[in-house]
Amino acid sequence: MSEILLRAQGLGVTYASARGEVKALEGLDAVLHQGEFLSVLGPSGCGKSTLLKIAAGLLNPSAGRITLAGKPISGPRPDVGIVFQQPTLLPWQSTLDNVLLPIRTLRRDRVRGRARALELLQLVGLETFANHYPGELSGGMQQRVGIARGLVHDPTLLLMDEPFAALDAMTREHMMLELQRIWMAAGKSIVFITHSIPEAVFLSDRIVVLSARPGRTIRDLAIDLPRPRTVATMGEARFNAICNDLRSLFTELVHFD
Amino acid sequence: MNERAKAIVYPLVTLFVLLAVWVVAIRVFKVPNFIVPAPEAVVASLRRGYVDGLFWKHFLFTLQSMVSGYALGCSLAFLLGCAFAESKTVERLFYPYVVALQSMPKVALAPLIIVWFGFELASKVVMVALVCFFPMFINTVVGLRQTNPALLDLMHAFSASRWEILLRIKIPSAAGHVFAGLQIAIVLGLIGAVVAEFVSSTRGLGHLINAAAVNLETDVMFAALISLSVLGVAGSLVIRMLHARIVFWDKGTATRTETAAE
Repeated sequence: MSEILLRAQGLGVTYASARGEVKALEGLDAVLHQGEFLSVLGPSGCGKSTLLKIAAGLLNPSAGRITLAGKPISGPRPDVGIVFQQPTLLPWQSTLDNVLLPIRTLRRDRVRGRARALELLQLVGLETFANHYPGELSGGMQQRVGIARGLVHDPTLLLMDEPFAALDAMTREHMMLELQRIWMAAGKSIVFITHSIPEAVFLSDRIVVLSARPGRTIRDLAIDLPRPRTVATMGEARFNAICNDLRSLFTELVHFD
Repeated sequence: MNERAKAIVYPLVTLFVLLAVWVVAIRVFKVPNFIVPAPEAVVASLRRGYVDGLFWKHFLFTLQSMVSGYALGCSLAFLLGCAFAESKTVERLFYPYVVALQSMPKVALAPLIIVWFGFELASKVVMVALVCFFPMFINTVVGLRQTNPALLDLMHAFSASRWEILLRIKIPSAAGHVFAGLQIAIVLGLIGAVVAEFVSSTRGLGHLINAAAVNLETDVMFAALISLSVLGVAGSLVIRMLHARIVFWDKGTATRTETAAE
């Protein structure tokens, strides 16, 4: 197995709320290897997004350790890209300017950034929409702009927080295929947060399953379905067997609650 | 008739009916001219005022105090609004006084402002700036604070500086609110200008109304009132146009702000 890029050990997050302390994460362990597509799968409210915020350096864990390429994460880092659940584009800037946002904030070379942005827009199939505004794009197109923006500064790690949750079923399936293609072409390591079992199984090399709040790692599962996976993969017996296996795991979880 | 034509014709119908009622009522009830002037007397007065030129100096004086005061009050309010929304310390230092000042009827300060800034233009400008300040200030603060937290997370994740976040994210996000503030300030500013002129002035449309009242020249008063309306409507239209053009991504608020004005 290749080098370890991201490692979380005994990660815990406790919020102070009006009803006292709330544990969002507790004793979470996870590892991401270089170039790997890792999904974090869990029921709603299991602290998946909290985990992502920690990895992005937006939130400090109350317990445990998280390291990126061996160094602890203490704040936002230029070598991490992020894609949110909502496209989160700036409506007053064109598609191209939106993709260029990290180039500006990280003070990278504009000329090279622009070339890279146009390349990425082509990769996500939006090269003809560079001068359109987000309001003129469909939800799926906006989300693809968000993905291009997450990749434009050439991060080693891309964090994705349920990026397809707000899309309709057909667009979502299309986007899954797109993301696999982009990932295989761009060669990035991805942490993909989701609560959709088929989505996780289809996309991932490995799935980390979290329990309901407080989130803990309860399963670490390698998916060795051959790549590239296609729509036909979703009809295969092995694909469905893995999905069913995970589904029954969640049913047990709910049962124990 | 299509919708566009209806939008133009229907208000005109209302206007003609009102004018007809006005003319007929004056004839039927024999209302003397010094109580309610006939429409033709108002038109004659307007023509005398603007063709012969007597009204221009008043109109321009009010316009000048309005524009300068508006620009001064709104820009100050915007800058202070930014400071207030960005800094907890600034907020803590000034919050109680902002609330106290805001609840005070600003027009009550008019006599004091005349004492401090004289009878000429300066006092009018200060008065307009003062009444314009609060709607603009509050809208700026609210607008800046309502920035989508996801956009802020995004900017933090991409290591944006605080200044960049304010300039690139918060201010554009607040633009809709800021324009709502500008819209309200136009209406209030005009009130401020007229009140200051009422208290003491040698020029301006407010002064004109006051002077005409002494002689019971109601036709002149009506003419001055119409001039003030034209000022207010023109100002609102300019702001609404700028709103639609500058905040082009937000089609909703541009048409909504007109109802927010008092």
